[in-house]
Amino acid sequence: MSVEIEIRFTLNGRPVSARIGPTMKTLTLLREQFGLSGTKYACGEGECGACTIRVDGKTQNSCLMFAADCDGREIVTIEGLKTPAGMNPVQKAFVEHGAVQCGFCMPGMIMQADYLLGNNPQLTRQEAQRGLEGNLCRCTGYTKVLDAVESVARQKCCGQC
Amino acid sequence: MQEITTYLAPRSLNEAAQAMAAGDVTVFCGGTDLAPQTESGARQHSACLMNIRRIEGLGGIEEKDGDIRIGALTTVSEIRRHPLIARVAPILAEAAEHFASDQIRNVASIGGNICNASPAGDMINPLLVLDAAVELASWADGAVQKRSVPLENFFTSPRRTVKRAEELLTTVVFRKPAADFVGRFRKSGPRPALEISTVSVGVGGNFSAGVLRNARVAFGSVAPTPLRARHVEVVLEGRRLDADVIGAALVAARDDARPIDDVRASAWYRSHLVEVFLEEALHHVRGN
Repeated sequence: MSVEIEIRFTLNGRPVSARIGPTMKTLTLLREQFGLSGTKYACGEGECGACTIRVDGKTQNSCLMFAADCDGREIVTIEGLKTPAGMNPVQKAFVEHGAVQCGFCMPGMIMQADYLLGNNPQLTRQEAQRGLEGNLCRCTGYTKVLDAVESVARQKCCGQC
Repeated sequence: MQEITTYLAPRSLNEAAQAMAAGDVTVFCGGTDLAPQTESGARQHSACLMNIRRIEGLGGIEEKDGDIRIGALTTVSEIRRHPLIARVAPILAEAAEHFASDQIRNVASIGGNICNASPAGDMINPLLVLDAAVELASWADGAVQKRSVPLENFFTSPRRTVKRAEELLTTVVFRKPAADFVGRFRKSGPRPALEISTVSVGVGGNFSAGVLRNARVAFGSVAPTPLRARHVEVVLEGRRLDADVIGAALVAARDDARPIDDVRASAWYRSHLVEVFLEEALHHVRGN
């Protein structure tokens, strides 16, 4: 039997703990131990971004992240984006622009878009495109995704246009 | 699958070096190479798995005594955005800009990219152009011992380096380039992001009055290891960078690039790309 590791971290604002094996990945931990199935398993090797989460304020692929490294950190998943008032502005924009086709890439897309807009509220379409390069949509629905991200950036810009 | 009996997440270099002296250890920081390699079965874990990401003093970028020192844990995102790198070694920021994706750049470390020792490692190429060295730490005689190895001599074959099993790469160091240093990095792949380079070419040197001095040229993905293109450098050194010299450099590149056919490209295509990128990079340097 491999060693068991005890980890404590903050998950969507709540302190949590878990006992895990040393090679478990964060994606598995989130989905199977915490039941947070919004974060998706797709390629499993960091190519597609469907498993994107925010760790200490920065996005990364949870399929590549050793769960042991969650210890002491602040982790936000798609489930944690919701505000008391409902969906956050990025989620709303994705709905309003019909950015969703099959939907499987959406949690990762939204996590990454939210991260990009958090760093740069006046993100241009080109910057959004570069920032979302690590998120693949197999329905190839990128145009509406970019429309959605751009609309949030415009609201933050002047609120008029 | 190998049983992992110990998991360590040391806070200090002393602890890490002692653990590595005690037996075989699998080291990771971001895990972006180790995770897919072990999940696919291409690589096995040792009985001891060590996360070095929390070691204090092993990250960050600083200028010291005319050297630029980059800690092994520094992420590719940090290099991409760092003002000192943008000012003194933009070729490194250029490589970081085209590295994988945001999500991977945020966690992939410079030390990891070097130790993974892929012939396609994108941060290695500009570091060869900058004539960097790596510092390796190990535990002996009750203390951390360090040695420095020029990056050019670090790689021995794909995935193999001169780093001993008990050694940890701690720092990447290069002399701060002079104000007239010009560098250019180009890589190729069928898409802009998350691409393992089919070919990468880096060119740099001190360029003034139309002449390139201390010319350094590096190629990736055209040989078992990333390499310095010494034949090209000899052609360029101290010469006026005109069409004849550029033409001669392209011919010399055939002696440096030894590509193979593999799943990503044929040897013929790789040789072609080397010439295209080298020509483009040299024209860019000349245009400066």
